[in-house]
Amino acid sequence: MKNRLRELRAEKGWTQADLALELDVSRQTINAIETGKFDPSLPLAFKAARIFGLTIEEIFRDEPT
Amino acid sequence: MRNSSAEKTPWVRQQLVNRNRLAVWTAAYVLTMALASFGPVFLWDGAVAGSVLAIGLNTCVGAGMIWANIRNLLGLDEMQQRLQLEAMGISLGVGLVAGLSYENLDISNVIVSHAQISWLVMLMGVTYLATTLLRARAYQ
Repeated sequence: MKNRLRELRAEKGWTQADLALELDVSRQTINAIETGKFDPSLPLAFKAARIFGLTIEEIFRDEPT
Repeated sequence: MRNSSAEKTPWVRQQLVNRNRLAVWTAAYVLTMALASFGPVFLWDGAVAGSVLAIGLNTCVGAGMIWANIRNLLGLDEMQQRLQLEAMGISLGVGLVAGLSYENLDISNVIVSHAQISWLVMLMGVTYLATTLLRARAYQ
C-alpha cells in the first residue's frame, strides 16, 4: 500500500516524532508506514485522515510499494 | 501543534509506566527465583516449609510478572504489537522443536547429561531477543 504521509507531514513542517505524538504511536511506526513496510489498521488510518483533514483514500492507495 | 521534544502524551506516559512496572515485576521474579533456588542451601538448611514458602512466593510473583507483561503488550502500538507477536511465535516454535529434540537426545542416551529446562529457557530468551532486534531492524 502506498501513502502520502511523508508529503503531508512535510507540508505541515512536522517531524516523524511530531506525527507519532499526534497519532499515539512510536516514531518507528511512522517511519515504517511512510516507507511502506507496515500497513496501518483502519482505525489508525482514519485517525491520520482526521489529523490531515482528508479522506483515507486521499492518503492511502492500494498499490504495491 | 505539539512539541515532540518537550511533551509526553498520555499514551507515551502510559508506555513508560507499563515498561517500568514490567521491569519491577521481572526483577522481583528473578530475586524470588534466587531465593527459592539458593535459600535451601544458604538460608533455611533444607527445611521443607522454607522451600514451599519461597516457591509459592516465586510463583505468585511470576503471575504478577505475566500480568505486567500483558499490560505492557496491550499498551504498545500496532506495529510494536506485531513485532512482539512475531518474536513470540518464533521463540515458541524454536523452544518447542529444540526442546523436544533435546529431550529425545537425552532419552536415547546420545548426550551424557540429563536434559535441563534452564537451557531451554536460555535458548528461548536469546531467540526472543534476537528476533525482536532483527524484526525491528527490518521495519526501519
